[in-house]
Amino acid sequence: MESFLQQLINGISLGSIYALVALGYTMVYGVLRLINFAHGDVYMLGAYFGFYLSRILQGRTPYHLLDAALVMFLSMLGCAICGLLMERFAYRPVRRASRLTMLIIAIGLSLLIENAGQLIFGANPKFFPQLIPESHIKLGGLMLTNQQVIVLLTAVTLMILLNLFIYRSRTGKAMRAVSFNMDAAKLMGIDTDRIIALTFALGSALAAAGGILVSINIPGIDPLMGVMTGLKAFVAAVLGGIGNIFGAVLGGLILGLAEVMVAGYGSSTYRDAIAFLILIVILLFKPAGLLGKGAVEKV
Amino acid sequence: MKRIFFVLSTLSLLGLLQWGVTTLLLDGPIRQGPYYYQILILAGINIVLAVSLNLTNGIAGQFSIGHAGFFAVGAYMAASVSYYAGPAIRGLVGFLPLAGQDAAVLLLALAAAALATALAGLLVGIPSLRLRGDYLAIVTLGFGEIIRVLILNIDAVGGARGFSGIPKLSNFFWVYLLVAAVIATVGNLLRSSYGRAFIAIRENEIAAQAMGIDVTRHKVLAFVISSMFAGMAGCLFGHYTMYLHTNSFTFVKSFEIIIMIAIGGLGSIEGAVLGAVLLTVLPEAFRGFESYRMIIYSLALILIMIYRPQGILGQASVLKRLGARMAARRSAQGNVPVTAPAADGGNGG
Repeated sequence: MESFLQQLINGISLGSIYALVALGYTMVYGVLRLINFAHGDVYMLGAYFGFYLSRILQGRTPYHLLDAALVMFLSMLGCAICGLLMERFAYRPVRRASRLTMLIIAIGLSLLIENAGQLIFGANPKFFPQLIPESHIKLGGLMLTNQQVIVLLTAVTLMILLNLFIYRSRTGKAMRAVSFNMDAAKLMGIDTDRIIALTFALGSALAAAGGILVSINIPGIDPLMGVMTGLKAFVAAVLGGIGNIFGAVLGGLILGLAEVMVAGYGSSTYRDAIAFLILIVILLFKPAGLLGKGAVEKV
Repeated sequence: MKRIFFVLSTLSLLGLLQWGVTTLLLDGPIRQGPYYYQILILAGINIVLAVSLNLTNGIAGQFSIGHAGFFAVGAYMAASVSYYAGPAIRGLVGFLPLAGQDAAVLLLALAAAALATALAGLLVGIPSLRLRGDYLAIVTLGFGEIIRVLILNIDAVGGARGFSGIPKLSNFFWVYLLVAAVIATVGNLLRSSYGRAFIAIRENEIAAQAMGIDVTRHKVLAFVISSMFAGMAGCLFGHYTMYLHTNSFTFVKSFEIIIMIAIGGLGSIEGAVLGAVLLTVLPEAFRGFESYRMIIYSLALILIMIYRPQGILGQASVLKRLGARMAARRSAQGNVPVTAPAADGGNGG
C-alpha cells in the first residue's frame, strides 16, 4: 500500500510536468489548429537556459530559493522570446497555406532546434546543477523529497495562473474568441496576430518551466530530451481533448500515473508504449478525447 | 499480350541494369563504387516507401504518420522467415542453382512480409480510419511506436540487441522491380474507379459518401495497399543491410517519408519519386559540411515549405502531360478518336 502511494505521488509529479508541456500544445492547437512539433524542443531549450543561467548565478553564495525562482523566470522569458521568433518567422508566413505545410514546417523547426542544440550545447548530456538542496520529508510511511513538493507546487501554481489569465482577463477572452472562430474574432476588432503571438509566448514559457522542473528531479539534460517528452505531452493533450485547457491537465496526469505504474509494477520496457496504448483506446471510444467536444461537420 | 510484353521488357531491362550496375560499381573501375551502389539501393527503397505512403496521404487524403511501423513489421517478418525457415526452403528447392535458391527464399520472405503488413494494416486501419484529420495522424503515430516497442521486446528477433545474421539476398534488381511494381500499381489505381473514389474522399468525404462511395472500405483499402508495399520495402531493406534495429524505425523515419512526399508534391507519383531521391541523395551530398549538414537540411525544408508550399512538382504530373500530348498528336493524325463521336448516328449498323 505504501509503495502504491509512493508510486501515486511519483506519477502525479511526472504527470504535472506532462501537463505543463501539454498546455502549450493545446493552446497553440486551439488558436491555429497546428500541431507544433517544435514545442518539445522549446522544453529542451528551457532546461538549457536554466543550466547556463544557474551556472552564472552559482558563483554567488549563499544560494537560495530566490535564485532558483530567478533562473526559472529568466528561462521562461527566454523561451517566450524563442516562441515569438518561431511564430513570426516560420509560422506566420504560411498561416493561409494548408495544414500539412504548417506541419512540415513544425517538423523542420524541430529538427533545426535539435541539431543546432547539438552543435551549440554539445551532444553529450550535461549535469543540471542542484538549484534546490535536496532534503527528505517523511509523511507517515512515505518518503518525499522537497524537490518533488516544489515541482508539484510550482506546476499547480502556474496552471492556476494560466487558468485565471484565460478565463478572467480581457486578453484571455480574446484568446478564447480567436480559438472559437478566428475570422469572426478579427471582425470584432481583435488583433489576431498579436493574440497568436501571445499564445506562442505563453505556451513556450510553460514548456520552459516544465523543462526546468524536470531537470530539478532528473538532472541529466541533453539536446534530444524534448523529443519523447514532447511527443508524450502531445499525446496527453489529445487524450484530454486537444484545444481544451483542463483536458491537457487531465491527460497529463493520466499519462504520468500510467507510466509510473507500468514501470513500477510491469515492465519498464513497455513504458514508452503505454502512453500510446491509452491514447488509442480512448480515441476509439471518444474520438474527440476525454473532454473534447465532437465537432459536427457541416456540408 | 501487350501487358506481358511490357512486364517482360521491364524484367529484361532491370536484369541488364543489374549487370551494368554490378560490373560498374561493385567489381568495376569506379572508386567508391559500393558507396554509390548503396545510395542507389536506399533511394529505391525510399521511393517505394514514399510512393506507397502517397497513396494514403496524398491521394486518399488520410493523414497517416505511422508508415515506419509497417516498414518495421515487413522487415522483421521477412528477416525471420529467411533466418529461421531459410535453410528448410533451400532444402526444398535444392535442385535449383544457388541464385535460384536465393530467389526462392527472398520471394517467400517477400510474400510473408506483404501478408503480415497487409494484415497489420487491416487491423490498424479498420478502427483508426473512423477518426479524422489530426486524430488519425496521432493514432497512426501511436501505432507505429507501439509496433516498435513490441518488436523491441521480442527476443526471437534480437530485441534490443538488433537482428543480425540476415542473409544478403536483395540487390538492385529486386529493389527496382519493387519500385516498378509500386509505381505501376499506384498509377493504375489512380486511373481506375478506385482511384477516382480515393480522390473524391480526399476532396470531400461527405460529398463522396453522398455519391454512393463506401468511404470506410476505400480508406481501408488504400491503407492496406500502402502498408503492404511498405512491408515489402522493409523486406528488401533488411535483406540488404543484413542487420535490423528498431532505432531505424522510429517516428523520425515516418516523418522523413512524409517530408519526401511533401517536398516532391503531395498526391503526385513523380513528386514522391523526386522527393525520395532528393532526400536520399542530398544528405549524402552535404556530408562535406559535417555537423552543419542537418542544420542546412532543416533550414532548406522550412524555406521550401514557406516559398513553395505545394512541393517542387505540385500536383503536376509529367507523365499525364506527356500522355495528353501523345493522344492529341494521334487524334490529329486521325488514327484514334480521343472522344467518341456520340451524335453521328452510330456505326452505320
